[in-house]
Amino acid sequence: MAHGAGGKASRRLVEGLFAPLLFASSSEPLGDAAHLDFNGTRIAITTDSFVVKPLSFPGGSIGELAVNGTVNDLAVSGARAEAMVVTYVLEAGLPTPVLEAEVRAMGNAARKAGVRIAGGDTKVVEHGKADSMYITTTGIGRPLHWLNIDPKSVRPGDRILLSGPIGDHGITILLARGELDLEADLRSDTRSVLPLVEVLVKAAGPGIRWMRDPTRGGVATSLNELARDCGCGIVLLEEMIPMHDAVRGACELLGLDPLHIANEGQFLVVVAPEYADAALNALTLAPGGENAQVIGEVREQPSGAVLVTTRYGGSRIVDMLVGDPLPRIC
Amino acid sequence: MKFVDEFRDPEVITRTSEEIHRLADPSRHYRIMEVCGGHTHAIYRFGLKDLLPSNIELIHGPGCPVCVLPMGRIDDGLSIARQPGVIFAAFGDMMRVPGTQGSPLEHKARGMDVRIVYSPSDALKLARVNPDKHVMFFAIGFETTAPSTALTLVRAKNEGIRNFSVFCNHVTIIPAIRAILDSPDMRIDAFIGPGHVSTVIGCRPYEWIAKNENKPVAVSGFEPLDILQSIVMVLRQLKAEEARIENQYKRVVPWEGNHAALRAMADVFELRPYFEWRGLGFISQSALRIRESFAEWDSEQRFHVPGVRVTDPKAAQCGEVLKGVLKPHQCKLFGKECTPEHPVGALMVSSEGSCAAYFNYEHRKTAMVTSIASVA
Amino acid sequence: MCLAIPGQVVELFPDQPSTALIDVVGVRRKVDLGLLQDNLPVKGDWVLIHVGFAMSKISEEDALDQMRTLRMLGEAEAAVQEVEGYGLDHSGNAKAS
Repeated sequence: MAHGAGGKASRRLVEGLFAPLLFASSSEPLGDAAHLDFNGTRIAITTDSFVVKPLSFPGGSIGELAVNGTVNDLAVSGARAEAMVVTYVLEAGLPTPVLEAEVRAMGNAARKAGVRIAGGDTKVVEHGKADSMYITTTGIGRPLHWLNIDPKSVRPGDRILLSGPIGDHGITILLARGELDLEADLRSDTRSVLPLVEVLVKAAGPGIRWMRDPTRGGVATSLNELARDCGCGIVLLEEMIPMHDAVRGACELLGLDPLHIANEGQFLVVVAPEYADAALNALTLAPGGENAQVIGEVREQPSGAVLVTTRYGGSRIVDMLVGDPLPRIC
Repeated sequence: MKFVDEFRDPEVITRTSEEIHRLADPSRHYRIMEVCGGHTHAIYRFGLKDLLPSNIELIHGPGCPVCVLPMGRIDDGLSIARQPGVIFAAFGDMMRVPGTQGSPLEHKARGMDVRIVYSPSDALKLARVNPDKHVMFFAIGFETTAPSTALTLVRAKNEGIRNFSVFCNHVTIIPAIRAILDSPDMRIDAFIGPGHVSTVIGCRPYEWIAKNENKPVAVSGFEPLDILQSIVMVLRQLKAEEARIENQYKRVVPWEGNHAALRAMADVFELRPYFEWRGLGFISQSALRIRESFAEWDSEQRFHVPGVRVTDPKAAQCGEVLKGVLKPHQCKLFGKECTPEHPVGALMVSSEGSCAAYFNYEHRKTAMVTSIASVA
Repeated sequence: MCLAIPGQVVELFPDQPSTALIDVVGVRRKVDLGLLQDNLPVKGDWVLIHVGFAMSKISEEDALDQMRTLRMLGEAEAAVQEVEGYGLDHSGNAKAS
């Protein structure tokens, strides 16, 4: 079960089982999308599955996640999504209005993101399977100019930027499940980050070393993966990490670490220091990027790990998520 | 966040840290124990060790109700839940604690109905909305949590909700502290007292620590400034060769405790003659069980409980780490066979267990303790 | 055993005297007031919440008092240093040489 949560167990499954058996050149670090070369034409391709309970929640639904998630994976790999194909696995007995609502949501999200839905497939499985609906989207896109995303290019002195407040999606879902009896004025942050990425590329393209969308497992997991892939240390300043009050309140109440909570409309970017100001300015001036922040920098130590420091000098190591974040009372 | 942010003020934290440096006698080595697992977690989460001089050693105490639960009790709880029509409800803290056949989450993956609840009253609510099932609430916690379980049982009885029972593993803090002080291999100079337990039991129950054992105690809150101020308080006492109970957490802890909470506990619970604590062995009068008057809501009366004793794997040194005799990384299994991903003992599972705290927050920091300049 | 958070009482329910709606920076939950039945909070009071139960009222006065004490820590020391800077010993007499 822990293998789906996005943290250590997921990583082991992918690297330990899938990569050696399936991937041709598995010496490259695994990214959000693959950029392939066909006799000089470069195409980016990615796929993702969407499993969420409840299907619909404040701020969106599985349909939007399915479109935006794939658009974002392509965007942070340095590509503009052009088209996607969709697979639905539906649970027998799923009410038609529910299915229709999701298909509509996907259509709207695709139009908003400027992506063509070029085709798809549907399967129905017996009642009790598929949690109502699973959606898979496979997207292709065109690589953006000026980008050479490579964790190995990350070096000490580089700055780490975050596009906006963390934790909105994960906490919204947790509250929407209704098991904890908590209410808050929170919405999922699901959106296409492509417009922000394009603004960023224009302003600071040559300085962009690495990008990622911190979905399952949160910012901590994405940055731990980077630290591992580049061999450097990531040092964050806690006070700089943007977060809505309600996310903070829910995390304090439940004993959760916001750095482990999933996001669906944010991205991390590592830029060379001489481009950091231009990058931050461009983001904060763009619609939807007002809350972008520099949250830390790359250092030599602690090599391969992520350290969170505070203004008063205390610090702690933040590891990758192990399993799903669980509320605690102790 | 009010009553939180003030106590995380960076400037005041720096000043308090400087005061600690001033107070600490460089010729002494101080061993201060924080009893409560919540304090262990806070110390690591806020990086408070970075703010102390090197001659102050913080020893992690046994106040982690998940850590001290023997594996046999988890097996017992899960065996009840294996009966058809039973829902196993527990706090998130319990979900990854390994029993001999796996943890509650692993049982869930195999088809058992396992639910995470934030409150015992949520478990009772589950019983109300699932009248055809039986909800078994696996209760853990010290005196902080026991009154809430007690009130929930009162409500269940008053409302006549019969498809609900509690598997009670509540333990009490004073016997644990006594066991630490009685232990021949321990030398503690002062205690940081458990702030939230004290909202229920007050400060009086610690008076014997000052009177008979001659050790200062500061009953402490959980924010950085609370813990740092508590250290200032005990250092001042040690300097003046005093031993008193001080209430650092005055804004929340009443000296006399919470009578309504103590009444609820007395109505519903009684002390078990003895109870096995992981790492500390059998301790008399240290745990609670449900009174006869609430027998119908006692899982141990409603269901057959195997009651098998399970000893920890020989190589695991949970007991010594719990008592503070060993540091987590000194256990032979630490970081190798025992990690948060595949824990052997509960100290690695519980977020306030010293092994988990040490593993998650600390063990890779040792490389760069000195030069952490602030980020631009 | 220790995760407890301050929250403000924002709504009481006349038909459920043992229940209150509390707010923690915008997150709301109903909590049980049964443990505070001897001294029930009113709307606007701050309480400490643990596992969905209110454990204790929070005294703003004590909180302010504590912060005052802590803020004075550095000031007392700064005052001492200032006095030492005048070349006086601690009794206010001029130091020898």
